[in-house]
Amino acid sequence: MAVAASMAVEERSAQTRMALPSRFGEKAFEWLTLAMALAVVVLVILIGWQLWHGSSLAIRKFGFHFLTTSTWDPVAEQFGALPFIYGTLVSSLIALLIAVPLSIATAAYLTELAPLWIRQPLVSLIEMLAAIPSVILGLWGIFVMIPWLREYPFPLLKRFLGWTPFFTGPIYGPSMLAGGIIIAIMILPIITSFSREILRSVPDLQREAAYALGATRWEATRIAVLSYAKKGLFGAVILGLGRALGETMAVTMVIGNTPQIAASLFQPGYTLASVIANEFTEATTDIYLQALFEIGLVLFGVTILVNLLAQLLLRTITTTSATRAVQ
Amino acid sequence: MDNLTMTTPERTVMEDVDQPAEPPPADESAPACTFRVKNLSIWYGEKRAIDNVTLDIVSNAVSAIIGPSGCGKSTFIRALNRMHELVPKTRVEGTVLLHGEDLYSNDVDPAIVRRRVGMVFQKSNPFPTMSIGENVIVGLRLNGVRDRKFLNERLEKSLRMAALWDEVKDDLHKPGTSLSGGQQQRLCIARALAVEPEVLLMDEPCSALDPIATAKIEELIYELKAKYTIVTVTHNMQQAGRISDYTAFFYLGRLIEFGPTTKIFTNPSERQTEDYITGRFG
Amino acid sequence: MRFERAHHHTWRKIKSGLVSTIAFVSALLVIAPLGLVFFHLLVNGAGSVNWDFFTKLPAPVGAAGGGMVNAIVGTLELLALAGAIGIPVGVLGGIYLAEYGSARINSILRFLADVLNGIPSITWGVVVYGLVVLRFKGFSAYAGGLALSLIMIPLILRTTEEVVLLVPNGYREAALALGVSRWKTIVHIVMKTASKGIITGILLALARVGGETAPLLFTAFGNRFWNHSLSQPIAALPLQIFTYAISPYDDWHRQAWAGALVLVTGVFCVNVIVRVLTRGRAASVV
Repeated sequence: MAVAASMAVEERSAQTRMALPSRFGEKAFEWLTLAMALAVVVLVILIGWQLWHGSSLAIRKFGFHFLTTSTWDPVAEQFGALPFIYGTLVSSLIALLIAVPLSIATAAYLTELAPLWIRQPLVSLIEMLAAIPSVILGLWGIFVMIPWLREYPFPLLKRFLGWTPFFTGPIYGPSMLAGGIIIAIMILPIITSFSREILRSVPDLQREAAYALGATRWEATRIAVLSYAKKGLFGAVILGLGRALGETMAVTMVIGNTPQIAASLFQPGYTLASVIANEFTEATTDIYLQALFEIGLVLFGVTILVNLLAQLLLRTITTTSATRAVQ
Repeated sequence: MDNLTMTTPERTVMEDVDQPAEPPPADESAPACTFRVKNLSIWYGEKRAIDNVTLDIVSNAVSAIIGPSGCGKSTFIRALNRMHELVPKTRVEGTVLLHGEDLYSNDVDPAIVRRRVGMVFQKSNPFPTMSIGENVIVGLRLNGVRDRKFLNERLEKSLRMAALWDEVKDDLHKPGTSLSGGQQQRLCIARALAVEPEVLLMDEPCSALDPIATAKIEELIYELKAKYTIVTVTHNMQQAGRISDYTAFFYLGRLIEFGPTTKIFTNPSERQTEDYITGRFG
Repeated sequence: MRFERAHHHTWRKIKSGLVSTIAFVSALLVIAPLGLVFFHLLVNGAGSVNWDFFTKLPAPVGAAGGGMVNAIVGTLELLALAGAIGIPVGVLGGIYLAEYGSARINSILRFLADVLNGIPSITWGVVVYGLVVLRFKGFSAYAGGLALSLIMIPLILRTTEEVVLLVPNGYREAALALGVSRWKTIVHIVMKTASKGIITGILLALARVGGETAPLLFTAFGNRFWNHSLSQPIAALPLQIFTYAISPYDDWHRQAWAGALVLVTGVFCVNVIVRVLTRGRAASVV
């Protein structure tokens, strides 16, 4: 019997011509890919370490005051990041106020309400908007958006809402409001596409149930889809917030870059990302550079927290939809 | 024992000398066996898919594995070329001997086992990025065979054996996925034959095909058994009756009955086999 | 009673129509900036995109004319550097997640990659400044390329993982059943089958970092002249656009518009190529 086997092998010249598999090659490739995948771990550690290391002197010198004082005077070596934190939060908040309703309405339009033929072209256009580099939006912001805002919407806002503290004082053009609007344009496509994904993952059963009860298209969308997807949409919004907080070039070009805390949105402001972009190469003293590194650390910490929250919200959605698929 | 790790013939002959312990066939008239499966059990995690199966697969014959779905027939056939290991957390007990050599021995590379024990799947799966010709010789090429003349030889020979040569000889550069379902399945058979295995495992090779394509494959199986040992899983009892010489009936991971097909189908010794064959369950 | 119900129903229908209209207007507002930006780029930029723009160095302040050839070439050099690091690391890392990693390791790595994708790009500039510029005492093309590559890695890793997971298991099994080793199966069968998707991911990542300015501000730094050594500062199209846009000179503003038009055209071209590629993929087996 064994002889028969050996004969069988002898006859089969293809078998003898093939190279022996290499266990080393097998392991080597797996380890190589593992090493590359671990790059993401290394990168996270690297960022954290570098920002911490680069700002350790400033952290020791200014301590918690760095976050709560508002004097930013490189000459006197006084560094307080509060105006930048304020500017970042306010500009992002304005952006969210504008972008969230528009994005979610657009996402609902794309998945529920729009005629089928219009959906794909619209999605493509939104993806293209997302692909416009930030610096180009900034350029457009400086030369097109700001002159227009100064001419029409700002005076109107001042006339009708001038009694609130937000729309008072002189109108320059470059301002917190302009910054917020440009950020809104940047995060519109992001929130829209994530919201669209979320709405698409709502099972058809939900919609059918609503239609079966005689709901109109909007009622079905509201009852069956939007309320069902609430958590996921929140995740999409938070993700948009993460982008808004870290948006750099376009904001830097239109926000006015003045470290102040002013109630009026017509006043110029400054953000964490902008101050790094503008002053990093000018930082001549060690402590100045350290302070800018610390700003980077603050920005990193905030965006990481926001992104963690967004991931958690979006993750629970995907896992539940995945389990649904299994069931 | 080393035949699996080193396929050079000289080596094999020496092994035979080294191994007088190998028991000679008890009865000279008994048919030669390709596989000897002894007390095989397989677990997927906690779940036992195969429970203490012992059987011999006769050389140059067609053995059919039948049974209701979930009975472990697919797991069993995959255990014969260690494909079941692709599922994480599998555990094996018992032995499978291929011509007396233990497939599961530590120094055996599963790649070598699979070169000697080829496999055809339920769903035809020619590689979509390759032409018909490339599909046939891909096993040789990726295993380091460079000799063009030899590759062309194998290409034609394998396609002829798979009864596909006349249909595709002028279209060898076309994508493998451009063929019809039945042709694709025969292409997959040709691809498996190109590396010259000794055994061909077929996991429900016709279940996705129309009756005419099925008839062609069945005919092919009949022709191939002159040179190959064939083990096929089927859920179609008529097919098992038509093409196989031996039939094994599995139920809930256990081998209920195994024997010549004529006996299993006309005079089964187990009640469960009879129930299944007559359609009372499954 | 009957009338009332009908009336109620009409109101509900009107409301539904009204909301649809509002949603439609929202969609228009979302894409309006795209149209406006493109329109103004053409109006303000097209006039200055000429032969000189692609062949000449920037003109000194006050002198009209000049071009951005150094910035265009610089961006291509930076992309080459970034790709040299980012593509292999991203693709192979994605392969690990799709082919080898256990569920738990994968969920951690995937999570970290998503977190990295959410980090502001300027952060990478700061990190590379600390790692490379401070250490080697100078801005350089290497630093800029590295910063861009670090942005690419998590992007490419995720898209590669996704498309490799789409490859049906039957192909892996078929190759393994021929006695082909695991790694050769992955390289020659799986990656080849998924190649369109992998290339799509790479192109999108390149288009994305090609338009990045913030990470280059204090790594590549910019250069008004040709870069003669990769260890020297190098010009990049987005950087040049930024510098010109915030300058007080009309000539430079015109150049900025022209540069922006060229950059956007490049980015959109890549996106169109990707669209064509993915359409082909949808039609084929995978």
